[in-house]
Amino acid sequence: MVDTILKMEGIHKQFSGVYALKDIHFELKKGEIHALLGENGAGKSTLIKILGGIYKADAGKIYISGKEHQMTGVTDSQEQGISVIHQELCLVPEMSVAENMYLGRESVYGHSCFVNTGELKIKAEKVLESLGLMISGNTKVSELSIAQQQVVEIAKALTVNAKILVMDEPTASLTEKEVKMLFKTIEELRKKQISIIYISHRLEEIFEITDRITIIRDGTYVGTKNTCKTTKDELISMMVGRKLDELFIKSKSEFGEVVFQVKNLVVKNKVKDVSFSVRKGEILGIAGLVGAGRTETVRAIFGIDAYESGEIYIDGKKVKIKNVKDAMRYGIGLVPENRKEQGLILIRSVEYNATLTILKEIMKGCFTNRKARDGIVNKYIQMLGIKTPSPLTIAKNLSGGNQQKIVIAKWLATNPKVLILDEPTRGVDVGAKVEIYRIMSMLAEQGVGIIMISSELPEIINMSDRAIVMNEGRVTGELPKSELAQEKLMYFATGGN
Amino acid sequence: MEKKSVIRKNLIESMIQYFRENAGILIGLLIMCVFMSLRSSVFLTGNNISNVLRQVTTNANLAFGMTFAIILCGIDLSVGSILAFSGTLCAGLIANSGVPVPLAVLCGILAGTLLGFINGFIIAKTQMPPFIVTLAMMQIARGAAYVYTNGMPIRVMVPEYNNIGIGYLGIIPLPVIYTGVFFVFTALLLGKTRYGKYVYAVGGNEDAARFSGINIGRVKVITYTLIGFLASVSGIVICARMYSGQPTAGDGAEMDAIAAVVLGGTSFSGGIGKIGGTLIGVFIIGVLNNGLNLLNVNSFWQLIAKGLVILLAVYIDLLKKKTKKQ
Repeated sequence: MVDTILKMEGIHKQFSGVYALKDIHFELKKGEIHALLGENGAGKSTLIKILGGIYKADAGKIYISGKEHQMTGVTDSQEQGISVIHQELCLVPEMSVAENMYLGRESVYGHSCFVNTGELKIKAEKVLESLGLMISGNTKVSELSIAQQQVVEIAKALTVNAKILVMDEPTASLTEKEVKMLFKTIEELRKKQISIIYISHRLEEIFEITDRITIIRDGTYVGTKNTCKTTKDELISMMVGRKLDELFIKSKSEFGEVVFQVKNLVVKNKVKDVSFSVRKGEILGIAGLVGAGRTETVRAIFGIDAYESGEIYIDGKKVKIKNVKDAMRYGIGLVPENRKEQGLILIRSVEYNATLTILKEIMKGCFTNRKARDGIVNKYIQMLGIKTPSPLTIAKNLSGGNQQKIVIAKWLATNPKVLILDEPTRGVDVGAKVEIYRIMSMLAEQGVGIIMISSELPEIINMSDRAIVMNEGRVTGELPKSELAQEKLMYFATGGN
Repeated sequence: MEKKSVIRKNLIESMIQYFRENAGILIGLLIMCVFMSLRSSVFLTGNNISNVLRQVTTNANLAFGMTFAIILCGIDLSVGSILAFSGTLCAGLIANSGVPVPLAVLCGILAGTLLGFINGFIIAKTQMPPFIVTLAMMQIARGAAYVYTNGMPIRVMVPEYNNIGIGYLGIIPLPVIYTGVFFVFTALLLGKTRYGKYVYAVGGNEDAARFSGINIGRVKVITYTLIGFLASVSGIVICARMYSGQPTAGDGAEMDAIAAVVLGGTSFSGGIGKIGGTLIGVFIIGVLNNGLNLLNVNSFWQLIAKGLVILLAVYIDLLKKKTKKQ
């Protein structure tokens, strides 16, 4: 007999009259790793928030270890042994690891209100050690890597005797090596008979570590599959609700002249002697691990950070880029890696964000030329397929994929010769990914030179016409389309020897 | 025996850490002191030192409280007004209503603390920004002080009361003693207790604090109440020293307090800061005021000098943090 530790039955949830969840079923066995799969906006996070006690379900029952339980709040959920590791890590950066792990549950001297820091440290280190992280409990969280912080979060969950661990996109910002480490930690947890609800967009990972998969779409339950008895194609069609012949849409385009070239670029401490070029209509992939200096390279090219030496050529002419304005004048656009912080002004409308780069062009004297603005905004909403109720909708209220399209629109509006995309599909669902690939392919066809930074190897392999690989601030390899393969890319990404 | 040596070792360690953390502003303070003592023969006399100590007490009390608010990503602009309100209320109760001194003092403190509590309550319950809430309280409390006094100072010449402000314990002025007690109290509260850890947590990452089951509203209410308490005690001490309850007392005091906190290394983006740093910030402003007075610098120029020192100090601190990150 297998223990069912958690069962959610007929969960309904409405937000101002709109169904976010409709009759959802979910069942979790003891010691099982169960993936929750669905596009952004499918209702995964709503379901998790109900489980975590942040929202209250309108209808439905939750059984914990076979007993029905009315979830009353965050604390109640934690007391039931449920621990949620949120996508945005919930640690206090300026506090120590030990303080973070026992936040809200500090040991004190006797019955006083004075915190016993020494005891906290010892207890924390013991738990961390059992997860294979050997660091001092006094280390400040801000000094740890994202991967280490994640282990601290997991350790924190263990200290409350969590039986059910929910991990929301845990690998979103990890390097491949760190993902391996995380999976090892997850295996340790499985041995401890802890059940895990694993939320991720990355199907490869889901196949690697989960036992079962529950798919939800548009707030409804689609089905539950045994991981070993399903295929990627089946999952995608269950998620998206339509068959996808090809995830990566890449039409062959004609390459023109070299539109952009950088020679011997050096950025203090970050980039050491980087050179590459891109032709009109070409997609150049930049692969590498997080921290390889890829983002720093494009930041310097785009005039955000100063570069120490190096030459940049646009259409064969040498140019000096001192700031973003220069870069824009020379026809460079950058879709940054973090759309929420660097790409968008989240609390403003789609229209505002999309025209932020071209305000000069839509002005008539001191006032906005509404006709010109609406024309441009509507053109890009249609061209990129931005799903928004209206151009006046606040960017924050759209899904990740649609937000990313606004950022792309904002740069397309400047008619760039070179468009740099830094992790263009991070944190967007499969459907939106396909759309973004389609847009990239379309732009290349129109003759835009595209530079795409990506940590997802399948993306590099399938979308680029040519790829360079970076490691510790240097270009370690360059591969033509015919030689793009996982092993080769990894070989160069780890230093090439 | 062993326990004692462990405690001594910890004490030495934390002292070293304190010097290391605050090396920049400590050196700045030292340079200022050396400069002043070279330019003015009066600066290093016992009398002047005692003077400086007494002069900084008000700002110290307010700045200790302000440190909590700024670590919480908040601010309290109402401290100067609460100070005036408590002081005039206390003076009025003694001089006009004939209330016994201890009772009047208690009423003054309770009234100011209540205003602080109201600040905290509104901030916690309505999610209104602390800047706005305390800006409003700043006007309200100042207005209340004017209404209560009819705009005129209330004279109080009651030795029992005045002693609170002008008295000595041995050779140490009583206000310095109070501030010393507040220093130890707030430093322990922020550094060692659960509540203190929660202040850092809420200021550093409010979501993380919420998901750890911390009652964020309570942390905020306690903090602003504490600030109200410290401000009202300061008001009563000042009023006792000046033999009168002045409705204009503490005008602009919030700005000096904020300056001291920032000089002391507390981050305006929350989550970082220590009472020990704030104390140094208080001394920098105190020594600057005192020194410029001794050098007969016109008070208008003093303002400009103070502004420049704040800009310079915070900029240097920023540079230090930047290089540390790389």
